[in-house]
Amino acid sequence: MEQSNMAYGLAATDATGVLSPFSFPLRVKGGDDIILKILYCGICHSDLSTIKNEWGNAIYPVVPGHEIVGAVTEVGHNVQKFKVGDKVGIGYFISSCLSCDNCKQDSENYCPQLVTTFNSSYPDGTPTYGGFSDKLVVNEHFAVKIPTKLPLDKVAPLLCAGIAVYNPLKEHGLNEPGKHLGVVGLGGLGHLAVRFAKAFGVKVTVISTSPEKEKEAIEKLGADSFVVSRDPEQMKAAMGTMDGILDTIAADHSLMPLFALLKTRGKLIALAGMTKPTELSLYPIMAGGKILAGSMIGGMKDIQEMLSFAEEHNITAEVEVIGMDDVNIAMERLQMGEKRKRFGKRQFNVAKSNQGSS
Amino acid sequence: MAAAATEYGVKGSPETEHPRKAVGWAARDHSGVLSPFPFSRRNNGDCDVTIKILFCGICHSDLHSIKNEWKNTIFPIIPGTRTTCCKIFHVYLLYDPFAAGDLLSKVVLWTLFALYYSGYSFLREPEHKHEIVGIITEVGCNVQKFKVGDKAGVGCMVNSCHSCNSCKQGFENYCPRMILTYNSIDTDGTKTFGGFSDMIVVNEHFVIQFPENLPLDKGAPLLCAGITVYSPMKYFGLNEAGKHLGVVGLGGLGHVAVKFGKALGMKVTVISSSQRKEKEAIERLGADFFVVSSNTEQMKAAMGTMDGIIDTVSADHSLMPLLLLLKAHGKMIMIGLPEKPLELPVFPLVGGGKMVAGSCIGGIKDTQEMIDFAGKNDITAEIELIGMDYVNKAMERLVNADVKYRFVIDIANSLTAA
Repeated sequence: MEQSNMAYGLAATDATGVLSPFSFPLRVKGGDDIILKILYCGICHSDLSTIKNEWGNAIYPVVPGHEIVGAVTEVGHNVQKFKVGDKVGIGYFISSCLSCDNCKQDSENYCPQLVTTFNSSYPDGTPTYGGFSDKLVVNEHFAVKIPTKLPLDKVAPLLCAGIAVYNPLKEHGLNEPGKHLGVVGLGGLGHLAVRFAKAFGVKVTVISTSPEKEKEAIEKLGADSFVVSRDPEQMKAAMGTMDGILDTIAADHSLMPLFALLKTRGKLIALAGMTKPTELSLYPIMAGGKILAGSMIGGMKDIQEMLSFAEEHNITAEVEVIGMDDVNIAMERLQMGEKRKRFGKRQFNVAKSNQGSS
Repeated sequence: MAAAATEYGVKGSPETEHPRKAVGWAARDHSGVLSPFPFSRRNNGDCDVTIKILFCGICHSDLHSIKNEWKNTIFPIIPGTRTTCCKIFHVYLLYDPFAAGDLLSKVVLWTLFALYYSGYSFLREPEHKHEIVGIITEVGCNVQKFKVGDKAGVGCMVNSCHSCNSCKQGFENYCPRMILTYNSIDTDGTKTFGGFSDMIVVNEHFVIQFPENLPLDKGAPLLCAGITVYSPMKYFGLNEAGKHLGVVGLGGLGHVAVKFGKALGMKVTVISSSQRKEKEAIERLGADFFVVSSNTEQMKAAMGTMDGIIDTVSADHSLMPLLLLLKAHGKMIMIGLPEKPLELPVFPLVGGGKMVAGSCIGGIKDTQEMIDFAGKNDITAEIELIGMDYVNKAMERLVNADVKYRFVIDIANSLTAA
């Protein structure tokens, strides 16, 4: 009996971030819960930051993973949305209070009592373990249906990266045809931002430190133009041309050159949290009525809407599928990609569960 | 003012470049001391009105001009230098002075940075005065909105391009060719002079109809301070009954923000560094709560409670504790004029979907709307009325924030010819 309630995964036990086999008890299934067999899980930069304790909040052992796609194997007696066999997705959070203003307004992502899919705990103290494992128990409210037309491996990253870019585009009116969007960084978030924005009919300029990414940005992802941020001539030509900019860069960097690219009343949306405060020269921002906003993923309603939109426009992530055995190497590659300021090939790896049948 | 040939364009000195004689007070050097100054105004054009100035407010941005920290001895100062500096600096906004690696780059970038900011106070230009109220004495033949005898106001702008998107949307304040009431170069190449003078000629589009019931002296500051808070409150939805507004700083801008907030049916919390302002904030201005920014218990209790914050503080201050006061999706609007860049932690913005926005005065349509709203709700500024000969003393007191909450000069009764 106990064995069947156990799950198997990979956990980091200290700030080296090295992942090793780990078994843990599944949360007891309640009437509103579903159990899923995990088929794919994306690797996001937040997983890396957490297992390495870069944010100082790691509760070891950490089983990361929050771009989870699986098949429902059991449903609680109250479950309405799903049946056994359905393909479902889980993103960055797995519970919230459902009673605060944020939850009531479909912004569970900002609930003060948000429980993240990994490295967190329920109010009763039960720890949460993420998608680098074979099974998961979740309240049906926090699971989304995966559209049938989208390949499961390529849709997994949408559950975090996809919603992370989709939500601010919608919230800040940067999804209107004819608008001009800048996308800073062409990694996991950036490449999806280009795809979603193009699907919205928005003109897209990719802003990157790497000239070698231009071909991919334009030819593969469909961006309209490409600006090398270290090239003052290109940046000058782009000044005052953008309605909004999505900044996907987590590394510390100056925001002032990006503000200069915005039109009057333009919006710079930060999606990644820099560790150090940034210097803000207020006068140029005030003189242009410009805005700096932060955005973090999105609520359940928006995640489902984003997936429907992705199905309609055939939007998926560029992925490299790997096995669980290679996940430590993948983490190193992700880390190196950051250190060398090289994004290169999509560092968006999808690990397939191979922990035997459940 | 000593008029170099280049300073006042091709038309000669301030006294002769226009046909109508005017008198004002001007700062003649970077001591910032104001003294009588004869100059001239243009004739009243077909779309212009002439206003006999009765009152003029003193704004903190005037103080920034007169008491600027950036030394203007670095370069020779010529009119339009401010505009030129802006253009130069906008190119160099591409570069971050803080990130410049080598010493030469740092020196160049910081010099340009200084030049840019010194352009704002530049030359201790006369009359950064832009909270002007008076009576219409002449109207051009095409003027529709006004007649002789009407009460009228002029704020920070006297012209714009009328054709860019900002102008078309009613945000002349963001027009790249917007012409300030003072210290700007107008379309005829002459410098604009502000409200420390006996009269002004303005295109009617940029003149505000003053409600009959609004006292001119107490209403004058609304033309800058009022619109500066009203515009972002409206634009960012911080004008809805029941919402919770934080107001940081209780000076000229802050006290008006409290009054507008309460008139709009909002809950208002004043956040201040001075405990002694609490009584005034609550009893006189009508704020609901008062939080001392250095009191960690009070700040903690206020965390996550505000829909928006209007930050009116010009001094260097920490933004992180203020960001924590915002609810998710909360908005912090910066309308103070800090001289140095502020440090902004981005993580709290991301984690709460919050925003920081800059805002600069407001468009003409919104200014009229604001004044009408003030008239309807009997909102005026708290002022100290002074004579023109007190103005230098007033500037010194403004440095120490020693005024409740705006000086207004009784121009009509105290301005004397040079």
